[in-house]
Amino acid sequence: MPTMTQPFVDDPQLPATALIAEDEPLLAQALQAELKRAWPGLNIVSLAPDGDSAIEQALAQLPELLFLDIRMPGRSGLEAAQAVVEDWPAERPLPLVVFITAYDQYALQAFEASAVDYLLKPVQPARLAAACERLRGLVARRRPTGAAPTQALAHALTDSEQLVSQLRQLLGAPVAGSAPQLLSVIQASSGSVVHMVPVEDVVYFEAADKYVRVLTATQEHLIRTSLRELLPQLDPQRFWQVHRGTVVQAREIEQALRDEAGRVQLVLRHRPERLNVSRIYAPRFKGM
Amino acid sequence: MAEQSISAPPAAALPLRAWALRSLRHVGYALVLGTGVAVLLMLLFRRSSWHTLVYSWCISMGCSVSIDVLRHLASAWIYRHEPQPSTQALADWPGWGWMSACLVLGTLSGITLGTELANLLIGRKDHVFGEGIGMGAAMLLISLLPGVGITYYYHARGRLQAAQALAEAAQRQAAETRLKLLESQLEPHMLFNTLANLRALIALDPERAQAMLDRLIDFLRATLGASRAPLHPLSAEFSRLGDYLALMQIRMGDRLRVELDLPAALAGTPVPPLLLQPLVENAIKHGLEPKRGGGLIHVLAAHEAGELVLRVTDTGVGPAAAAANATTGTGFGLAQVRERLTTLYGSGASLQLEPGTADAGGTVVTLRWPLAATAPSTTT
Repeated sequence: MPTMTQPFVDDPQLPATALIAEDEPLLAQALQAELKRAWPGLNIVSLAPDGDSAIEQALAQLPELLFLDIRMPGRSGLEAAQAVVEDWPAERPLPLVVFITAYDQYALQAFEASAVDYLLKPVQPARLAAACERLRGLVARRRPTGAAPTQALAHALTDSEQLVSQLRQLLGAPVAGSAPQLLSVIQASSGSVVHMVPVEDVVYFEAADKYVRVLTATQEHLIRTSLRELLPQLDPQRFWQVHRGTVVQAREIEQALRDEAGRVQLVLRHRPERLNVSRIYAPRFKGM
Repeated sequence: MAEQSISAPPAAALPLRAWALRSLRHVGYALVLGTGVAVLLMLLFRRSSWHTLVYSWCISMGCSVSIDVLRHLASAWIYRHEPQPSTQALADWPGWGWMSACLVLGTLSGITLGTELANLLIGRKDHVFGEGIGMGAAMLLISLLPGVGITYYYHARGRLQAAQALAEAAQRQAAETRLKLLESQLEPHMLFNTLANLRALIALDPERAQAMLDRLIDFLRATLGASRAPLHPLSAEFSRLGDYLALMQIRMGDRLRVELDLPAALAGTPVPPLLLQPLVENAIKHGLEPKRGGGLIHVLAAHEAGELVLRVTDTGVGPAAAAANATTGTGFGLAQVRERLTTLYGSGASLQLEPGTADAGGTVVTLRWPLAATAPSTTT
């Protein structure tokens, strides 16, 4: 687990900070207004119109609360949460995350299953007030208020661990729609040649912008697809996601090394480089 | 669990019972028929003997069984390679050609077997075909006629049942399609997001909120009533698209720009209601909504070389990216538009989906059909 030894809020009396990610301008404005009414002390530090801006702004401002719409242009609210958690500074407790959705059967089932906080659009004032009440309590008890800083730290750690496990569960939930066929061969073209790479030869896949790098023990190919599209076509028993940008074949992992800060790195059998495991997937590498 | 396994009968029991009941019924019919023939023979040949009744019964039964067995064998032979037809009635029917052979052969063997059985029962040694050609031919004819009649009756009934089953299946499918269509048009995600916007707008700008509500009312009325009128003028189609796009514009703000292009000359042209709706929804849902910064949607009607052209163009993420992103509800809208076009205008109509131009990007969907065909004969 990441160590959090420094105080992360300079002044416990400072108002709590929040980010709202919502692509529909009226709804963003309305949520801001409703939040101000339900939680007058809350400081909304940024409004993001899409998933990518949400990630950028969250990592720049490090707010204590994230209100994330699920369906947004570019990256979804869930993907944004994943990216924020993976790149969040280790010495700070993770933000509290609340998802927002208008109507999404699959998302709602997943939210219920993982016990994550969520709001339904149109947001009802009573429901929002209740959510704010809860969040206010959570923010207050993790702030070091002189007397019990260790206790606050413990609370922050528990909340962070809970978020990480909720996200892991949400990201692992089956995607809506029919399950595609599992790939047996990766077809990677370079110029006029198409390389046929059996999936069992792949050591790991790495996201590279709009492409995916396919690395075998000896070679490297580029395929024109995103990791998000590729992932459902891989056998989850055999290929493990270890980071939002990395999927590795489990039997190619020789060792998982954990450093004193709790970060996990993978040593591979047939490749020299080491792969970073994000904190969302790190719990997968525990002794049996 | 245990209760379930007790109350549920074994799978094979039901068909077996049905088969036994059917056989029993056939025997009953054969006996009734045999009695009728016997009475007829007694009247015709003035031979009143209970022997005639026994022979008649046995021959009727023989014919009934023989014809049935031959019919099943013939059907099984015919459908040995092909998949079985949809209903049992059709599966047991080998066609009139084969059936004629079954009838003649079945009757001949029925008469022979029936006579032998009757001989055995009574203790005589009659030979039907030994009593002269006239008698044999009369016997064959008398036995053949009821067989032909009954076959005709069962065949007609089977066909009727098959037609009814088909009609029911078609009806069920039509109802399912309507429901799916309604679901896709009244997509809950769109509806709740629109309501959320409306709720926000009431506080910020009550007048605009009212205008939005009016648009929503028109949209809902059109969507729910769409299937009742077979056709409406192109101007009405564009108004409904205008309602929907105005709602989407309130939601998406300046991320959505809209251009509607309807030449005055085409305003009265009849089109199926909400034909373009799924295309516009797709353009937004799969093209513009996922795109950072949004873009333009352009709906155009034109008259080109005797054809009506309806085109929905967007500057969204394009078909390749849309297919990659899509997890739910793809294809249904397009398939449904294509189906409606074919039903109404036959092979003269076309739907084409292609990526936009290199600099504009996005997706272009074009519908065309001959303008002469805009008043279709079928109004479904």
